[in-house]
Amino acid sequence: MSTQHIDVAAGCLPTHQLLNVSGERTPDEELDHHLTGITEQDLADFLRDMVVLRRLDNEATALQRQGQLGLWAPLLGQEAAQIGSIRATEDTDFIFPSYREHGVAWARGVKAEDLLSVWRGATASGWDPHEVNIACQQIVIGSQALHAAGYGMGIKFDGGKEVAVAYFGDGATSQGDVNEALVFAASYQAPVLFFCQNNQWAISEPVGLQSRTQIADRASGFGVKTWRVDGNDVLAVYAATKAALAHARHGLGPTFIEAVTYRMGSHTTADDPTRYRKDEQVEQWRAKDPIDRLVNHLTVLGADVQSYQQRAQNAADKLAAELREAITTMPDPEPHELFDHVYAEEHEPSRRERDTYLQYLTNFQDGGL
Amino acid sequence: MSVSMMKALNQSLRDALTEDEKVILLGEDIGTLGGVFRITDGLKAEFGEHRVVDTPLAESGIVGSAIGLAYRGYRPVVEIQFDGFTYPAFDQLVSQLAKMHFRSRGRVKMPVTVRIPYGGGIGSPEHHSESPEAYFSHTAGLRVFAPSSVEDAYVMLRQAIACDDPVIFFEPKRRYHEKADIELKTTEQTASPKAKVLHQGQDVTVVGYGPTVYTLNDAVLAAEDEGVSLEVIDLRCLDPLDMDTIAESVKHTGKLVVVHEASRTSGIGAEICAQITETCFDYLEHAPLRVTGFDIPYPPSRLESHHLPDLDKVMHAVDTVMRRDETHSGGAK
Repeated sequence: MSTQHIDVAAGCLPTHQLLNVSGERTPDEELDHHLTGITEQDLADFLRDMVVLRRLDNEATALQRQGQLGLWAPLLGQEAAQIGSIRATEDTDFIFPSYREHGVAWARGVKAEDLLSVWRGATASGWDPHEVNIACQQIVIGSQALHAAGYGMGIKFDGGKEVAVAYFGDGATSQGDVNEALVFAASYQAPVLFFCQNNQWAISEPVGLQSRTQIADRASGFGVKTWRVDGNDVLAVYAATKAALAHARHGLGPTFIEAVTYRMGSHTTADDPTRYRKDEQVEQWRAKDPIDRLVNHLTVLGADVQSYQQRAQNAADKLAAELREAITTMPDPEPHELFDHVYAEEHEPSRRERDTYLQYLTNFQDGGL
Repeated sequence: MSVSMMKALNQSLRDALTEDEKVILLGEDIGTLGGVFRITDGLKAEFGEHRVVDTPLAESGIVGSAIGLAYRGYRPVVEIQFDGFTYPAFDQLVSQLAKMHFRSRGRVKMPVTVRIPYGGGIGSPEHHSESPEAYFSHTAGLRVFAPSSVEDAYVMLRQAIACDDPVIFFEPKRRYHEKADIELKTTEQTASPKAKVLHQGQDVTVVGYGPTVYTLNDAVLAAEDEGVSLEVIDLRCLDPLDMDTIAESVKHTGKLVVVHEASRTSGIGAEICAQITETCFDYLEHAPLRVTGFDIPYPPSRLESHHLPDLDKVMHAVDTVMRRDETHSGGAK
């Protein structure tokens, strides 16, 4: 039997949806009150965020095709899951992302070129984690969940009011580290939000290969409060994240959100999804597009959608132009950066190795470059 | 005052907890029980459950959560209960802890100490007698400390905790009960300990660390009986290696023997022999030799005496580099 046909059992949890595909607001007894105070302007800001993010993603994919980036991990289709969740956090909440959370970092103020510099191979990380309260992106699947658990334990022990947020995908839920992180966070009742973007695919493996139950259902086995939401519904994601963060801030311990979404693009620019999934499935999800859904909602509300869309488009065009300029003029790192920051304190063999190599390079007229 | 190595380690942790409120201890059974070796005895009662934290039984979880605590500004000291249980944490140690400072371009420090009771000779079942130090000295970004004496146990643990780099701290568990008449106080302020010449000699440089250092001290006396003068060096730190101290010694002895319990191939001894061959080739009167554990999984305990470097094996190597008749070797073949 092909793994494609493994069905995920119907779950115990409802899937919260606050906007249906037509953009109509659907009532949700549990989550509605977390949207109190959300204005039309806020919705327009969500729209702008998602449009800009999609453009950033498209630009990065194009830059990879042109040889400006070594690789890119597209987030196409996951804009609502990322924007809805990060916009619900406080700036002091500390984020532990995987490698696909470009929207999370961008929304916290990381410049697009700093996001892309890592994928260009120009640097090991593009932002200062303590400046934006986002850890370095994590490529090993699920390792960062434990860092979030530890950070959350620290918040608990020193009496802080922040929440640590781990972002990961459906594939990561099979990793021991994610399961250990749930155990640790639950054991100490640490303020940690485990935010899983179930985008249906771990490279070529469908979610049914990772979990025979709905992923959100697994969290309750750890004693962790859990929600399953429509991850293409920015309002549902935002409201559930608000609920989870409030739970943690009230000292009630860790929470889990499964945002059900879809990776519309490839795993990375090195991947070919036509080898393992059918166009029909992609088209089914295209009909649930998160940006279209919000546009439909603004239309239902009678807002001046066109002007909001124009504003978003202008912001996206501006970002794209700036990004292209920054990436194509980005200098390569210097050879000494090979050795910089391997250790925090003086390490004699490392220093000697650097000095010897830099001396060796002086034998070349072009400095060995 | 006569103190044991266990007591010295305990006091080192106590003093670190007292002096820096960001120091936090994590491990299995380290709280109420005081650790299976009692190294953390009494510390939970003294500092509370938020400073001395009993963790769930998951080594990756322990090291991974220590990394998160370091992100939060803590200075975690982790206990891995036994050497052979280090491997479930391998990703967190090698891909995360070691590389975070480099990855963050120096913006995130990882002042995490990972204490590992290691080595054999205690008659234990599988996974309780291993010497995994080479994995970590091979990994850039980690420092690897291996004290041999009671005094170093205290001093070097303080040094490890104070260091802004992650330190893998190997405790020679079969020497936990060794005692010394010393005052426990910090002395070293450098990021890593330097090697120490424990006994000056003219004929052969013998290098060891951790549990084998006691064997080397015995070898000094045995060699003296045979008219051979050994210069014994306690490495103390396996990364960074203090090669200058070893080279200086080899330049006047011309002969080198390196001793460790860990397997031979690609071990610490291999690295030292290679570096000395590169830097002291013209001084060498014999090829450098290694006395090590075999390239085997750690054996059942009733075979471990064959596996561990003992006095006879060390003397056999000394005789070989001295080009002496093997009948003087103390009987080892």
